[in-house]
Amino acid sequence: MQATSTETTPPVIELMDADIPSRRDLETVTVTGVTWTVSQGDFWVIGGLQGSGKSDLLSAAAGLLRPVRGTQRLFGREMMPTYAHEYLAERLRVGLVFGEGGRLFNHLTLRENVALPLNYHQPLGASETAVRVEALLQATGLEEWAEQAPSEVNPSWRQRAALARALALKPEVLLLDNPMALLDPRKSRWWVDFLDQLSVGHPLLDQRPLTLVVAVDDLRPWRLPNLRFGLLEEGRFLSTSASFLLDASSPAGWRDLLAAELPEQKPAD
Amino acid sequence: MLHGPLPQSFLDYFGHRLLRLILTVQGLGAFMLITLGVMFSRLGRAGGILRPLVLAQTARAGLQLLPMVTFLAAALGLVVIGQTVSLLSRVGATQYLGPVMVTAVVRELGPLLVALLVLSRVGAATVIELGTARALGEVEALEALGIDPIYYLVVPRVIGMALGVFSLTVYLLLGALFSGYLWAFLQDVPLQPGDYIRQLAGALDGLDFVLIGLKTSFFGTVIAVVTCYHGLAQPLRLEEVSTATTQAFTQCLILCVLLDALFILIYLVV
Repeated sequence: MQATSTETTPPVIELMDADIPSRRDLETVTVTGVTWTVSQGDFWVIGGLQGSGKSDLLSAAAGLLRPVRGTQRLFGREMMPTYAHEYLAERLRVGLVFGEGGRLFNHLTLRENVALPLNYHQPLGASETAVRVEALLQATGLEEWAEQAPSEVNPSWRQRAALARALALKPEVLLLDNPMALLDPRKSRWWVDFLDQLSVGHPLLDQRPLTLVVAVDDLRPWRLPNLRFGLLEEGRFLSTSASFLLDASSPAGWRDLLAAELPEQKPAD
Repeated sequence: MLHGPLPQSFLDYFGHRLLRLILTVQGLGAFMLITLGVMFSRLGRAGGILRPLVLAQTARAGLQLLPMVTFLAAALGLVVIGQTVSLLSRVGATQYLGPVMVTAVVRELGPLLVALLVLSRVGAATVIELGTARALGEVEALEALGIDPIYYLVVPRVIGMALGVFSLTVYLLLGALFSGYLWAFLQDVPLQPGDYIRQLAGALDGLDFVLIGLKTSFFGTVIAVVTCYHGLAQPLRLEEVSTATTQAFTQCLILCVLLDALFILIYLVV
């Protein structure tokens, strides 16, 4: 099943019949035959059980992992999997929030981690950088922990710092790898609400709507309107709508993701 | 039997080892060229980030090793210089003191000893740090942020270790030559400090300073590049980090000795 878009703008992410390898073993394919298009303004939630290849799919979508077969394009351009200066412009338009604590750098404080992309790419002067970092820390509720090392704070704050770091350069698309794993419902709620604000336009991004792809292993918190769903099951990627998920005839693997509670479409405000 | 063909398993073994050696040399060469390319093409970009990293690596491969180098300088002075001065005095050959000291200590032992110290104290830690960072996905995180991992992780280590080996060698040589004389003095060797310094100064020429500077910088560069290569160049699992560290240590040792041999040839030719 292929997701189609009615938008006239060129796709942000395109995977065409792509076989995605595992990041840990490039010779093992984890997801096969992915055909997936993410258009500007989309908000995708990709569900999959642990080990289903969500992280690999996101890495491939971000251009960090080359499919062993098929094509991958970012803003219409095929990317190299490793750092290459000529692909920098496309890479900076994509923010990636890794799972498992966000892969922050332990030799830097949370503030320094957030400031790192700004200090490296230097889009702003020193004082503007400080203001921007402060705004990011404030928006993610991290002011209290800003001067601490990642290892000194709990994973939920690390994950928020990774989000702030990914937003620092004002990306056009944000990919998040299971950001709510192991969070309690209250903290999960914060993520859903914050991502919802980002998708419609947030002051941090000059009110520009952000294209979002979130990989999760629990679909229950995702009750936002206009979401698009993708599911990873048995090495295949399937895209669908929330209403299809509600269908009792949905595959068993999908129902596992929904556990006892099915997502409900909430009318738009 | 000695003239017969080697059993297939031996051929397989040697062929496998040879191919691995070629691939390693090729990988190290490519990594070195990439590192130098990044270093010279982007030096000055994002200096605000690079400067503290370079300072931290220089302190780590230099300043923090000073106590150990002081101990080594005293030991080298006692074991080699003090004994040599004492022996040459006993056989009435103090006129050879300068050339012996310069050839054995200044040109060979000093730089090699410091390189080994930096390799064991900093090089091994570098493979572990970078290998772990790679295994935990931090390198991928840098790439996702559009940050060149070579620029952020390797360049500061190359500059830091090159500066560290150079400055520690200077410090070690001065310390060893001083402590050597001190040990000789304590043994009542009839050698005036002025004569000792004149002998050393007479045996040294301008080229020595240039070649010692080059040699120590190359030692530092080789240690940094090889250890960073093993930490970064291949995808690693956490359990493979220790093997990568051992490989890096061995290869650094071999390359430093080969580099030293190359400089001996240069001394002989020049």
